[in-house]
Amino acid sequence: MKKEKSIQSFRKKKTKRCKEDVVFDTVTFLVLTAILIIVAYPLYWVVISSISKPSAVSSGDVLWKPIGFTLKGYVEVFKNSAVMRGFLNSVIYTVCGVAVNLAVTLPTAYALSRSVFGGKKPITIFYMITMFFGGGLIPTYLVVKNLHMLNSMWALILPGCLSVYNMIVARTFFKSNISEELYEAAEIDGCSQGKFFFKIALPLSKAIIAILVLYYGVGHWNAYFSALVYISDKDHYPLQLVLRNILITNETALSQTATTKAAREALREKQQLIDVMKYSLIIISSIPVLVMYPFIQKHFVKGVMIGSVKG
Amino acid sequence: MNSKTKKKKGHILRVLKRDMSLWMFCIPGIVLTFIFSYVPMYGIQLAFRRYNGRAGIWGSPWVGLYYFKRFFESPYFDSTIRNTLILSLYGLIVSFPIPIILALMLNSFRHKRYRKVVQTVTYAPNFISTVVMCGMIILFLSPSVGVINNIMHFLGLDPLNFMAKKEYWRHIYVWTGVWQSTGWSSVIYFAALSGISPELHEAGRCDGATKLQLIRHIDLPSILPTATILLIMSCGSILSVGFEKAYLLQNNLNLTVSEIISTYVYKVGLINNDISYSTAIGLFNTLINLVMLIAVNKAADKLSGNSLW
Repeated sequence: MKKEKSIQSFRKKKTKRCKEDVVFDTVTFLVLTAILIIVAYPLYWVVISSISKPSAVSSGDVLWKPIGFTLKGYVEVFKNSAVMRGFLNSVIYTVCGVAVNLAVTLPTAYALSRSVFGGKKPITIFYMITMFFGGGLIPTYLVVKNLHMLNSMWALILPGCLSVYNMIVARTFFKSNISEELYEAAEIDGCSQGKFFFKIALPLSKAIIAILVLYYGVGHWNAYFSALVYISDKDHYPLQLVLRNILITNETALSQTATTKAAREALREKQQLIDVMKYSLIIISSIPVLVMYPFIQKHFVKGVMIGSVKG
Repeated sequence: MNSKTKKKKGHILRVLKRDMSLWMFCIPGIVLTFIFSYVPMYGIQLAFRRYNGRAGIWGSPWVGLYYFKRFFESPYFDSTIRNTLILSLYGLIVSFPIPIILALMLNSFRHKRYRKVVQTVTYAPNFISTVVMCGMIILFLSPSVGVINNIMHFLGLDPLNFMAKKEYWRHIYVWTGVWQSTGWSSVIYFAALSGISPELHEAGRCDGATKLQLIRHIDLPSILPTATILLIMSCGSILSVGFEKAYLLQNNLNLTVSEIISTYVYKVGLINNDISYSTAIGLFNTLINLVMLIAVNKAADKLSGNSLW
């Protein structure tokens, strides 16, 4: 009893903060809060603008809370056939892309994680080289073109189907979680490497599969450069390319000029509606990621932790 | 002797047979990487030939270093390299230390719930796509409907068309990048910091160290290796500023500061169809990056003993 008390008092003494620490804690708290506001406010503002009256958004009245709640912007997005087609295309590209990514990355990572595997070194070097040296934009484009993959989904999926970084993350995971003794035991029972991989290693590796699905999935969903280069047919545009045309190059901007006052008024209203539609569009295009965000965040962080173990 | 080689051969065969299925696992990746990464390397020779679509790579005549000379002599050589360098050095100087500071602050902040909130919120922008990010930048900075100008109007300032002013472009590019990636970049440091044994901190506390001293003498040294590796990596890509964001934020008014090597390569090659010239510029860029990486890696190895390989 007495001893416990002395420990407690010692703890108390230890955690008693000196003056400098109080200052330090206060400053840290203030800085972190400032960072929190700087990061969160623009995101919050996009959300409230997307559900506000268009005229209130453009006049600058919307600052802290939505004004004149309306879903006009969202209705406008759903009426836009290019956006809907782009959304569908992106879903297809992402699902197929991730499937190919996994089919290529997981077996490679597993094989490279086995210490007995003789091909470990040459194959690692083979992939390392691609991290630091490459053909560049045009030669890659010509290869894709010669394979007749322009305007097809394969041009977005096959080049870069194995990210070396992700492969190393998966390899590190296999190395530390699927022991070689486990395989040796299975081998004695007549299990082949292939069978072991599919029946034992993969079911034990759900965590790393989730991480890879998320890494690759977010990558595909957000990618636009390869589509810009390889896809010229508008029917095959992924969402990001449609977004670019609306948000950046302003394809929807009104070009006609109005002469009468009423027409000018109507035109201004339409322009305001288009601006609000952009905010709604930002929200809708981010929904797949937003919905999964809490889930994604946890796994993404786990992925970074595995990856940061240098191996 | 004969029997020995025979034995060796038998051994190799046995090993191959044992590894057969593992080799099979690797084949899809090897084939695809070969086609899309190694075959293009072979296509680099286009930089030394005058590309002729009908004749193909093989039939196009050799022109030696003609395209490199053309690039070195063109007015774009100076401007694109300068723009790329300034942008990436500015970005590096700003966005390298900030995540470290954030991670150190988060780590020494004891209120767990609040820390979690800050982390969750600051990670979020990382998942916004480049297109949406640039769309937001343009909307926010718009002189007529942008929220920034509304706030400036509120404070009694004159509206400014930020995207049309080229002197603002680099700041916009770099600081929006900080906004988007700081939280996420801090994860790796935070991971390294949470690996520090709490006993070290306790010992420091017993000796009467303040929190600032704990950071200075325990936390900072323990994330130094991680920081060095990341610094080496970013120095290796100093001339490969990402195409995506720069291209989306470009307009005719800011082109003199926003035209960087990657956007120039894209425009020359795929819009003007000057295939060989574009390949040559791309190759030049890759080589500079490679040299930088090796040099920085060597320097870091000498200075701190941390290196990539």
